[in-house]
Amino acid sequence: MAMNSQGRPSQPGAAEVASLATISGDRGLDHEEKLIFELGRSGQCGVDLEEVTVSDDRLGGLRRKGAIGLPGLSEPEVVRHYVRLSQQNYSIDAGLYPLGSCTMKHNPRLNEKMARLPGFGDLHPLAPASASQGALELISELAKWLTTLTGMPAVAMSPKAGAHGELCGLLAIRAAVEARGEKRLRVLVPESAHGTNPATAAFAGFTVEEVKATPEGRVDLDDLRIKLGPDVAAFMLTNPNTCGLFERDIITIAEMVHDAGGYFYCDGANYNAIAGRVRPGDLGVDAMHINLHKTFSTPHGGGGPGAGPVVLSERLAAFAPLPLLVADKDGLRLIETREGLPGGAKPFGRMSAFHGQMGMFVRALSYMLSHGRDGIRQASEDAVLSANYVLASLKDVMSAPFEGPCMHEALFDDTWLKDTGVTTLDFAKAMIDEGYHPMTMYFPLVVHGAMLIEPTESESKESVDSFIHVLKTMALEAKAGQTERFDGAPRLAPRRRLDETAASRKPVLKWKEG
Amino acid sequence: MRYLPLTKADRAAMLETIGVVSVDALFKDVPKAAEVPVSAFDLPDHQGELAVERKLAAMAAKSTASGAVPSFLGAGAYKHHVPAAVDHLIQRSEFLTSYTPYQPEISQGTLQVLFEFQTQVAMLTGMDVANASLYDGSTGTAEAVLMAQRVTKRGKAILSGGLHPQYAETVETVANLHGSVLRAPAIPGAEEDLASLVDDQTACVVVQTPDVFGLLRGLKNIAEAVHSKGALLIVVVTEVVSLGLLESPGAQGADIVVCEGQSLGNGLNFGGPYVGLFATREKYVRQMPGRLCGQTVDAEGRRGFVLTLSTREQHIRRDKATSNICTNSGLCALAFTIHLSLLGEGGFTRLAAINHQRATTLVDKLLTVPGVSLVTSTFFNEFTLRLPKPAAEVVEALAAKGILAGVPASRLAPADRDQRDLLIVAATETNTDEDIDAFVTALKEVL
Repeated sequence: MAMNSQGRPSQPGAAEVASLATISGDRGLDHEEKLIFELGRSGQCGVDLEEVTVSDDRLGGLRRKGAIGLPGLSEPEVVRHYVRLSQQNYSIDAGLYPLGSCTMKHNPRLNEKMARLPGFGDLHPLAPASASQGALELISELAKWLTTLTGMPAVAMSPKAGAHGELCGLLAIRAAVEARGEKRLRVLVPESAHGTNPATAAFAGFTVEEVKATPEGRVDLDDLRIKLGPDVAAFMLTNPNTCGLFERDIITIAEMVHDAGGYFYCDGANYNAIAGRVRPGDLGVDAMHINLHKTFSTPHGGGGPGAGPVVLSERLAAFAPLPLLVADKDGLRLIETREGLPGGAKPFGRMSAFHGQMGMFVRALSYMLSHGRDGIRQASEDAVLSANYVLASLKDVMSAPFEGPCMHEALFDDTWLKDTGVTTLDFAKAMIDEGYHPMTMYFPLVVHGAMLIEPTESESKESVDSFIHVLKTMALEAKAGQTERFDGAPRLAPRRRLDETAASRKPVLKWKEG
Repeated sequence: MRYLPLTKADRAAMLETIGVVSVDALFKDVPKAAEVPVSAFDLPDHQGELAVERKLAAMAAKSTASGAVPSFLGAGAYKHHVPAAVDHLIQRSEFLTSYTPYQPEISQGTLQVLFEFQTQVAMLTGMDVANASLYDGSTGTAEAVLMAQRVTKRGKAILSGGLHPQYAETVETVANLHGSVLRAPAIPGAEEDLASLVDDQTACVVVQTPDVFGLLRGLKNIAEAVHSKGALLIVVVTEVVSLGLLESPGAQGADIVVCEGQSLGNGLNFGGPYVGLFATREKYVRQMPGRLCGQTVDAEGRRGFVLTLSTREQHIRRDKATSNICTNSGLCALAFTIHLSLLGEGGFTRLAAINHQRATTLVDKLLTVPGVSLVTSTFFNEFTLRLPKPAAEVVEALAAKGILAGVPASRLAPADRDQRDLLIVAATETNTDEDIDAFVTALKEVL
């Protein structure tokens, strides 16, 4: 325990922390913030609006009868409420956020500023094309970056998140299969895949079958060969895969899938490991979504929004969904319906109203222009370098399930925690007390007690070194039987461990008075 | 490369620790044939902040922002005033740059916001429970139809002709894979007979109110008809401000309510990101798509919040999940909830009244223009006019005069010849008397 100059403990022990009951419930700057419904009172309002009475309403007798129940607060009360709540969140701006496969990298504020330019942020989606040229030009330029970087000829911009992009890709495949007059209703997915892959395939009306992984954490080619057949529409693969490894047989895999008459879908969630170095088009990929927040740094805002443009091969390009962006003598315009389609276009439908996540497009392009092609390549290399540095620095104290270099994320299992009484969960929660957001836990599912660490290219060597030092020290303590810090961690967060079982057994999903 | 902190010396030291001579060795699993030099990409190299800012500002200047001219565009996206505090608060690092709250002990800020958001949405819609938001109103509508297909184990979805055509197309894209979608013909300004279409195979009826033309739809009769056949009523609201003045869909018998929440706290953004609100009855909660936040206690008995009921979700249920969605519109939901908290009950209902009042003023003045008639006898802040000329031409002529007059119905349904002369016009609190007068004057000139 740390001591101060008088020889007294400078940090309280666990028991002391637990017993530090306060009158307010606050702990220093850690505020016990009430719900907004408990703060507000009727008659208060934080916005000055003119008085209005509509003498002759045109509501056809449908006027609301009862009250809504919304709280009323002044502007300072609202500001304080949300500022205090924000202080109970960890964020990438506050520290390293090593969530593997989620990719928490620096979110440049220039991108926020650009997204708020009125010509982008204050533009109506149904404004006439003549009034929307700047926005259309931005979409066109972003599309060019995406197709050039991936080596794919076409891109569908409208999917609103990665999983929405998966759906878009599979629907394009479905349309292509139907256009060939074939019936292929199976989709193959490796057992290590993100849960969204099988869910998306089912959502798109396919039946899903798993393909085994090898002991090396890669696709089992023999199993794939057995399962491929004339009823397989697509094989969905994440590359680099969820074990943080590059599928070294990927070109062979693509050939196998194509030879069987299927399409090769690539989950592009981990594209940030290879952007600027490898073109998925060269690997035989037919469709791949790109999570703009992962590779191109759009902020994730506590869980969204995302954006998931899908690049498409020559074989799928014609089936891209509406709207389509075209250039003619009057400039750029969107084709939003099946009337007036350009020759050859056979859109499978529409992913959403309007054209996609424009706000995210601006941020992504701002990031791309700032990085340039050289910076995007360097970012991928630095991300891979940092992950391998973490792997090399920790593999003696923690156990890595797979040999060889990793890509942008380092995977450990819980073999090294055997007989310590400490679980992956305990270890992760104890990281919180050290001021770190935990790594991704228990994923991928093919590894027992998995810990997936992704430092990204945004971290300095000093930052990664400190992180490694903390993890190493914690690991050594765990192995030495000094497990106090892990029991019931975290202790120093705004909340101790939360009862998730109780939450799901009797769900309380909204505030109720009293 | 200002976003990359590693120096050359750092990289060399890290490579040494790893035990390889160059970073290329770390890419050894990548087939050599697939590696390309940076020169293979026909794209520019990195640029400074000033250069990027100039380029994007020049691009943005080629569009006409809604705030720069009198604008009356609606049809699913609305220009409202967003209090300055909203944008300031959502740009706080701890909200903006955090991820999905997988570690609830250090994500209480996001989680409490989502809990408050869910409560507000349930209140507004008059429903029991709401989720933590979906991508937007249109994808939310598609999810609602799929949910109804699961709940009723029936395939047929009936869509009102008053449903926004782009919403209908979004629904058709996915719901046809699991059943069939029947779109009733649009009758601008009138309610079609949906009840007669409902049968024992019907999973749901989808009704939008105010509908795409602005007409307000009473829901009680259709709710009875739908329920008598064991189907669900899905109600879509694209202008959430209308709920300040209108009876909630829940009070009129809706089983699922989907709203586009863009109007509160969120900019127009040329179509996205927006925020889909999704609410339903308690008994259907485990069939609901999307993320849910629930209340619980921590090890010290203190109230706290977690993501919950994830057994419905794809990371556990894989291909049996209720949906493939694994995100929400977190930041947009935050903007929504802050704006609504600032308004409170009094402000929200007053905002709705102002919107309605602006629309009544606008409609009365526009009807003084010779040849113009009103198609929608009832409306909230949006209505449809019949013009003596094709509306698309009128809109272009008015745009040339610096007025964004509205959305031609033909833009959404180009095949429907009957809609060629229809113009969908919206007014909000942002439209001044001067805007309205300028519109009326300009319309007289072009007709």
